Amino acid sequence: MAATRLSASILLTLAWRNLWRNYRRTGIMLVAIVVGVWAMILFSALISGMVDEMVRGGLRTLPGEVQVHHPAYRDDPSVANSIDAPEGALLALLNQSPVTGWAARIRVPAMISSERDNRGVQLLGVDPAQEISLGFDPADVVQGRFLQGPDDNGLVIGRKLAEQLETELDKRVVIMSQDPDNNVAERGIRVVGIYRARLQSTEELNVYAGRATVQKLLGLGTRVSEIAITGDDFRAVGGWWRTIEQAAGPDLETLPWMQLDGYLESMMNLQTSYNVIIMVVIFLALSFGLVNTLVMAVFERVREIGLMMALGMRPGWIMYQILLESLILLVLGLVIGNLLALATILPMEDGIDISAVAAGLEMAGMGSTLYPTLELQHMLMSTAVVVVLGLLASLIPAWRASRYNPVQALART
Amino acid sequence: MTAIRCTHLNKTFTQGEQVIRGLDDVCIEIEEGSFVCLSGPSGSGKTTLLNAMGGLDQPDSGEILVGESRVDQLGKSALADMRLHSIGFVFQAFNLIPVLTARENIEFVMQIQGLPAAERKARAMAMLREVGLADHEDRLPSQLSGGQQQRVAVARAIVSNPTLVLADEPTANLDSASAIQLIELFRKLNRERGITFVIATHDTRVMAYCPRLIRMEDGRIISDELQSGIPGEPPAAAQ
Ligand SMILES: Nc1ncnc2c1ncn2[C@@H]1O[C@H](COP(=O)(O)OP(=O)(O)OP(=O)(O)O)[C@@H](O)[C@H]1O
Ligand SMILES: [Mg+2]
Repeated sequence: MAATRLSASILLTLAWRNLWRNYRRTGIMLVAIVVGVWAMILFSALISGMVDEMVRGGLRTLPGEVQVHHPAYRDDPSVANSIDAPEGALLALLNQSPVTGWAARIRVPAMISSERDNRGVQLLGVDPAQEISLGFDPADVVQGRFLQGPDDNGLVIGRKLAEQLETELDKRVVIMSQDPDNNVAERGIRVVGIYRARLQSTEELNVYAGRATVQKLLGLGTRVSEIAITGDDFRAVGGWWRTIEQAAGPDLETLPWMQLDGYLESMMNLQTSYNVIIMVVIFLALSFGLVNTLVMAVFERVREIGLMMALGMRPGWIMYQILLESLILLVLGLVIGNLLALATILPMEDGIDISAVAAGLEMAGMGSTLYPTLELQHMLMSTAVVVVLGLLASLIPAWRASRYNPVQALART
Repeated sequence: MTAIRCTHLNKTFTQGEQVIRGLDDVCIEIEEGSFVCLSGPSGSGKTTLLNAMGGLDQPDSGEILVGESRVDQLGKSALADMRLHSIGFVFQAFNLIPVLTARENIEFVMQIQGLPAAERKARAMAMLREVGLADHEDRLPSQLSGGQQQRVAVARAIVSNPTLVLADEPTANLDSASAIQLIELFRKLNRERGITFVIATHDTRVMAYCPRLIRMEDGRIISDELQSGIPGEPPAAAQ
């Protein structure tokens, strides 16, 4: 045991000093590793930022991270599949941490007609205060006003829908839907606000009316279509949605966003794969330089490697020495690269304006500001990729060094 | 006891079309504690024979016994261990690790052997004093003269108390005074500790000190004789 430890210290000394013998070559390689590591973390942070933004945007329109429905509602989102407004234990849970906002809302298919045109839409009967707690921003109402209470008699529609219906603020439109007895329910209603959304499809689809107004129109009493709940952190939802499910009881269907929206879930899952692919690609570019550096370093030292073997250093230890040299270089590059990433990415977390290229990205559900998110996970992942692949790449020159015949190596001039 | 026994060693090198007989049916027996000189013109096979004895290079045929070990049959790691623990080497051309100082080079073998740092340092310093380089301990090889480098190599070869020292032209770069000083140090270690020395040389100053002188030519042993009248010793001490 003692022998192994002491030998490790001589290997370390040799590796360290040999590394700085050709400080220019080592320096260049170090810079390459630093830049590579920095790029790995930056790209992951950008991808995470984009994906997080897409997920958050998606959850604002979903809305919420957890929803409670009638079990048949998701197949048939009609007024027949409604549920009672929350009460008792469920209501108590909704008003305490980690829940930060919730809404009991009606969401049914409806037809909206102006004197010019008509469209199929999703009629939302809401309590505006609750919607705001779920992420609806009243500042997005660009003309007129948002609803003022659950019994507001007005209608708030999207900018795009107003264009399509060729209607405008203060005009009346007709809303038509089915009541629970399959009778047509319709009423004229005045457009009191026009909102804009990040996605055009949202502007076309969602129209907001007061919850009590819709309940009266459809003869629903106090029943609703869904309870949408947020805790403001989509990653943490796994920790609490089951308690909501229990409180809601077995007769209702309680689901987290991953199951409500398969697209958002697959975005999240792809993120990790993207990161690994990017890191491995960057590393492959680096590894050519690394292997070359080591091959040169070994080639220049053939005689001393022969000498060390002749003096009784085992071939395996020659290999460790070269691997150690590589490891020191990689670890130095990782430390500096990670610090550089911290120093440059943290200030960017407040957002980078990408409106110049945002028109295309909006299709993918993103806004015009990108928020890179630096995660410990990225730093650990890049470290793992660099160390594991780096040592694998170094095995070739290290193994070659250990195969030298000491006499021939010593005789090399 | 026999320290080294070589029987019918053969080794050929091919260089292009040419076949060179490095060793040609060499048989030698060297007793433990003896002090043997290998001499002969350049290219006569001295280095090749030393390399075979040290397990650095395998012969094409023949047997080599060093102590209890069949050197021609051991694996790479076992050979490395044997060299580490029982043989001290002085090589003809390249001896020191460039990134280590004089003292670290001397400590190198003890370090792989796993000796504690304090003991290593004390022994290395004592050895440096013995070869007259105590004030050069922190110099890198590139900051030492050829002769000084040679003395560091000798210090390294004997510092770890090997049972056998194989020295290839140890006095090649030394002036007369240093050469005689070095060979007297070898003799002293040979007498006091019983270390076996096999020295390849064409330096007549060295040969004069050797009780047994083996001459080689074209890979063959052409003479093997005992000498008396070694300087500084009564004739009876000759082996
Ligand atoms: N690796 C090799 N490849 C080809 N020929 C070799 C090789 N090593 C040694 N030889 C040849 O074998 C012969 C013996 O070489 P060796 O080095 O043993 O001689 P030496 O007695 O040590 O000579 P010197 O006094 O010059 O050191 C020489 O003719 C040499 O050219
Ligand atoms: Mg020679």
